[in-house]
Amino acid sequence: MIRVQNLTKLYGDRKAVDGISFHIEEGEIVGFLGPNGAGKTTTLRILTCYMPATSGAASIGGRDVFNNSMAVRRIVGYLPENAPLDGNMRAREYLSFRGKIRGLNRPDREAAIKRVTDQCWLGDFIDRPIHQLSKGMRQRVGLSDALLHDPKVLILDEPTVGLDPGQIRETRNLIHELAKRHTVLLSSHILPEVEATCERTIIIAGGKIVASGSPEELKKRIREGSRLILEVAGPPDEVKKTVSGEKGIQSVECVASDNGWHRLTIETQKNVDPREEVYKIVKQKNWSLRELRLEQGSLEEFFVRITAEQAAKQRSSKQEVRS
Amino acid sequence: MIRRVTALIQRELVANFLSPIAYIVAALFLVATALFFMPLTLVEGGEASMRVTLDWMAMAVLVFTIPLLTMRTLADEFATGTIETLMTAPVADFEVVLGKFFGVLIFYLALLLTTVVHVFLLLKYGAQDVTVVLYSYLGMILLGGLYISMGIFASSLTRYQLLAAILTMGLLSLFGALVNEVAGWFTGLWRQVFNYVNIIHHFEDFSKGIFDTKAIAFFVSGTLFFLFLSVKVLESRRWR
Ligand SMILES: Nc1ncnc2c1ncn2[C@@H]1O[C@H](COP(=O)(O)OP(=O)(O)O)[C@@H](O)[C@H]1O
Ligand SMILES: [Mg+2]
Repeated sequence: MIRVQNLTKLYGDRKAVDGISFHIEEGEIVGFLGPNGAGKTTTLRILTCYMPATSGAASIGGRDVFNNSMAVRRIVGYLPENAPLDGNMRAREYLSFRGKIRGLNRPDREAAIKRVTDQCWLGDFIDRPIHQLSKGMRQRVGLSDALLHDPKVLILDEPTVGLDPGQIRETRNLIHELAKRHTVLLSSHILPEVEATCERTIIIAGGKIVASGSPEELKKRIREGSRLILEVAGPPDEVKKTVSGEKGIQSVECVASDNGWHRLTIETQKNVDPREEVYKIVKQKNWSLRELRLEQGSLEEFFVRITAEQAAKQRSSKQEVRS
Repeated sequence: MIRRVTALIQRELVANFLSPIAYIVAALFLVATALFFMPLTLVEGGEASMRVTLDWMAMAVLVFTIPLLTMRTLADEFATGTIETLMTAPVADFEVVLGKFFGVLIFYLALLLTTVVHVFLLLKYGAQDVTVVLYSYLGMILLGGLYISMGIFASSLTRYQLLAAILTMGLLSLFGALVNEVAGWFTGLWRQVFNYVNIIHHFEDFSKGIFDTKAIAFFVSGTLFFLFLSVKVLESRRWR
């Protein structure tokens, strides 16, 4: 449904999006996850025909976003970051205007407004001036607008940012509902957000895709060297030496614990689980054992790390500019 | 296309209707035109001529009121981010600009209509040629259209309404009065060029009651030119 190939966007000489490629199939719900400044908004703006890419190609429903932009705009519903709206109008007037520019005639428009009002629980707020509405309500009006023409594809830029926890939960449920009828691509800079709503996540940092897949796949993929925690009572030097000799083990750290117990942190190679071997050694040497546990690198850790890396990169590039 | 532009015009009129600026401008316009007409209609022996009045209105009133009406048009879309919802809907950039143009033009025509009262008084008390009045109004409409297109162009350049208004006043004064000065510095071809782009020169024909197709062509093409520029600026904003 959505195809992106080698997409690059330069603002002046600053690369906001750097050669990204991905596919999204019909009916999928995909999260676009990345720290602030990763290039999420820029990518979504290219997909929604707001701005052209510097190079590369993107298409939605087989139509090129640049050469066939009107066709793309007709099948896409877009909620921009912070849901910009015509504040002076009432929500109903606004939606009616949006229906008109989408070419819906009066009966269709009224039916569509009724439908989205129910879908997004706008209720009585539909007859309030938009500038009087809370952030959460405004977000819903924006979402109603994106749904007005029953689009094949929904693109939502940070749909829950600035909402309170209750509203966040409601919005998540709503998006879940919508995913049954639409292909959904949503962006977020909050990991649990994406984990909760999406079947698949594309992680972007510094304008590049750093990982993608279902939460399980991601966890598997980013488990670069998990850690084994071992607590034994035995001669520390010998314990350390024998364990280090096992294959698949990168490094061993040993600290003395209480009463002759030692706690070992063992870094293993990718996709290696040496628990069984380690246990056999312990048994053979007849040491006492009170803990043996595999600690997997979490998505959280991974995300925190790439976020920190990007922040560091930005700091250093700023320093370059200054000097 | 017609339906989309109509929807955009409606939105523009609603926005005007809800904005205090539009009411202030309307009030200013009514007071200013009344002040110009008053001596002509009430004071005996006053020159009962539309000509002077309309020239003055053109020069003074429009240079201050039109920029206040046009400043919001595009600048505010950039400032609030609503431009993103417009330009990702199936609406062409030129339709957005046309919607803005006709939205402001209709409001302006409504203002202009209020001056008809004075004209009736004039026709009643002074010997006034009806065709002169009609041509004058044609001139006012064409002039307003050109000024509005220039205002929308200025508004497409910035997200700050105030800047757009100042820029428009600058542009209107330049092509209205200053260009007259500038023409004086030159001779030959350049002088002709500067005289040609002098808006007031072309306008004077109408207020003299002369039906001048060249002047009409000047206003229409000038309006189209600035609308075209606005569309181009809007397009180029995508490319930044
Ligand atoms: N209009 C713009 N002009 C110049 N730089 C921009 C513009 N928009 C975004 N950027 C820069 O491009 C990078 C990516 O921004 P963005 O796509 O908004 O990231 P995200 O949505 O992931 O936070 C950032 O470094 C940002 O400063
Ligand atoms: Mg963003």
